[in-house]
Amino acid sequence: MSRFSTANLRLAQEIIRRYPVAKSATIPLCHLAQEQDGYLADDSMAQIAELVGCSSAEVLGTASFYEMFKMHSVGKFCLGVCTNISCQLLGGEELLEHAEQTLGIRPGGTTTDGLFTLEDVECIAACTEAPAVQVNYRYFHRLTPQDLDQLIEELRSGALDDVVPAHGTLGKVRQDLGEDRIANITPPEDQTEPVWLRRHRELAEAAAAADAATPSTAGKES
Amino acid sequence: MIGTVTPASKMAEGVPAVVSSRFGVPDGHTLAGYTSSGSYKGYEAIRQVLEMSPAQVGSVVKDATVLGRGGAGFPAGVKWGFCPPGVWPRYIVVNGDESEPGTYKDRLLMERDPHQLIEGCLIAAYAIGAAQVFLYARGEMPHAQERLAAALNEAYAAGLIGKNILGTDFSVDIVLHWGAGAYIVGEETALIESLEGNRGMPRLKPPFFPAAKGLYMAPTIVNNVETLANLPWLFNHGVEKYRSVGTEASPGTRLIALSGHVNNPGIFEIPQGTTTFRELFESEIYGNGIRTGHELKMFIPGGASAPWFFPEQIDLPLEGRLIGGQGSMLGSGAVVVMDETTDAVRAALRLVRFFARESCGKCTPCREGTTWEEKILQRILDGHGRPSDIDLLLDVADNISPGPYPVAADPGNDLEAIPFPPRQTTICPLGPSSVAPITSAIRRFRHEFEAKIVQRDLISVSSEPFTDLPEQSSLAHGAVGHV
Repeated sequence: MSRFSTANLRLAQEIIRRYPVAKSATIPLCHLAQEQDGYLADDSMAQIAELVGCSSAEVLGTASFYEMFKMHSVGKFCLGVCTNISCQLLGGEELLEHAEQTLGIRPGGTTTDGLFTLEDVECIAACTEAPAVQVNYRYFHRLTPQDLDQLIEELRSGALDDVVPAHGTLGKVRQDLGEDRIANITPPEDQTEPVWLRRHRELAEAAAAADAATPSTAGKES
Repeated sequence: MIGTVTPASKMAEGVPAVVSSRFGVPDGHTLAGYTSSGSYKGYEAIRQVLEMSPAQVGSVVKDATVLGRGGAGFPAGVKWGFCPPGVWPRYIVVNGDESEPGTYKDRLLMERDPHQLIEGCLIAAYAIGAAQVFLYARGEMPHAQERLAAALNEAYAAGLIGKNILGTDFSVDIVLHWGAGAYIVGEETALIESLEGNRGMPRLKPPFFPAAKGLYMAPTIVNNVETLANLPWLFNHGVEKYRSVGTEASPGTRLIALSGHVNNPGIFEIPQGTTTFRELFESEIYGNGIRTGHELKMFIPGGASAPWFFPEQIDLPLEGRLIGGQGSMLGSGAVVVMDETTDAVRAALRLVRFFARESCGKCTPCREGTTWEEKILQRILDGHGRPSDIDLLLDVADNISPGPYPVAADPGNDLEAIPFPPRQTTICPLGPSSVAPITSAIRRFRHEFEAKIVQRDLISVSSEPFTDLPEQSSLAHGAVGHV
């Protein structure tokens, strides 16, 4: 049974309030569930569906589209080796092969001790630092096969636990929308012309009306 | 080896750092750093903007010709004008789902100078009359998410976002949203679908032009991170100064990511339209030469989706229209250099595989076509290629993008360039993009494909093959092989 903890449920409700339409919170809530459990469980998706007001099939439909959501438990560390063009040119594919040998698994597999899941990933946006690797989406740059082995050792020993949180945790700083400063988050159908636009429109209309009231000058100008 | 990038902050002489001035400033990402360092004083532009009318703000952006930096290069000011009058609400979605292979300029802008982006969002929201701004940051970038969240929290607390900004009647919320890993979500209508909590599949245009029917079917402006990051500098220094850099059609600067086989890969802010690829590759302040001891074989001028260029195109300036006319695109400014050691078939396969994996599956020509392109290229590389495979690849490609595909000139063979953009049988350009590496590689390096199809290493079925077969055997070495 995997449901949101009390604290996370409160956070989930706060996240939903940031969107004019609750369903927009689907992906952020899937991230929250994955942060709590390390992966996205069926029960979590059912609960998210209740919270955003859709069916659990719709949540599964959305979540299954995205690479980052794991529907089954994965290793504590997801090791993603980039093999896309910039990394490929500087040894990304060879680095992946080396990782396969060191860990004894193929991409998509998890080591028997449950520590590592290996992934063959697409461009992770560190192209000038090739070949690059992400561990739970934290970057490691310009790795030789020896560097990679050392990285795996350090992860295994817990030496990098401060740098690399367990799988599922993304940004550790969250946006905090203070209730007192929120401007205008209401459903789209309740929205009207923003006040500053209306003010400037009325000013412009008044100026135009004043121009029209003095046709003689307007006539001379034209 | 822990990943912190030190981006190059060297600028060519006389070129202002429009967006990258705080990349090297240790606290440039904080509110205090933003207001005390860099090429302008942070949050001064929004104060000026609030004195102007929204229409005036829009015309400044239009007059400056701030071209979209996400790929298509459409002028932002013109785009803003597409919102139908009198239809409310309007939304702004900031496209920070940067995933084009070869670049990460937007990641740096979000990590190093989040307040610059926030101020850009505020200026746009004021001009358009946005009810809310959504800042869509790519899922795989937790550091950028943290920096943005911290900056938003600071700015909210300082009264710069939210209710009655700086004591005026201008009020807007900026909400940070995380993606979850899908290249296609960088396409604006897919981005909107994703933000609505759906699978990130593009919508058909028309009728779903975001400016008319976007987020929640309301008028929506989708702008790239770098585009909005240009605005604070523009309002601090004015249209004339902005236009004094770059060319008439492409003013200002651009962030270019230079990767692959160069001595000094990095993210560089260059004047738009005047710097040539040769300068970019060879200048000491940029690439500092092709990998020592090697020579240029080909390069990608604008990300994985762009047709390849070759040594003959090296003197072209990095200018959208010129590159388009020569058969490729500047795209998101991702330049990937490949030297003579690069296997054209292997490089093409890797790029095609990317599109096959990232195809959303909505349109059949792309879903099926990219998969077949990958399979055929893989079998050629594995030594199982068939003589008809080259034509088959081009035929599959033609079903995704009919007619002659954009390609660079090949003066050696008297072939002219075919200008950008390609035609498409799909809703979005992802499928057609997969054709770029195929046509580029086959037109120029057909012999490399043929060599792999004609010859392959004979692999024996047994690890200890017979070396002295009985003379009468019909299984003499090679008789069953494909020598």
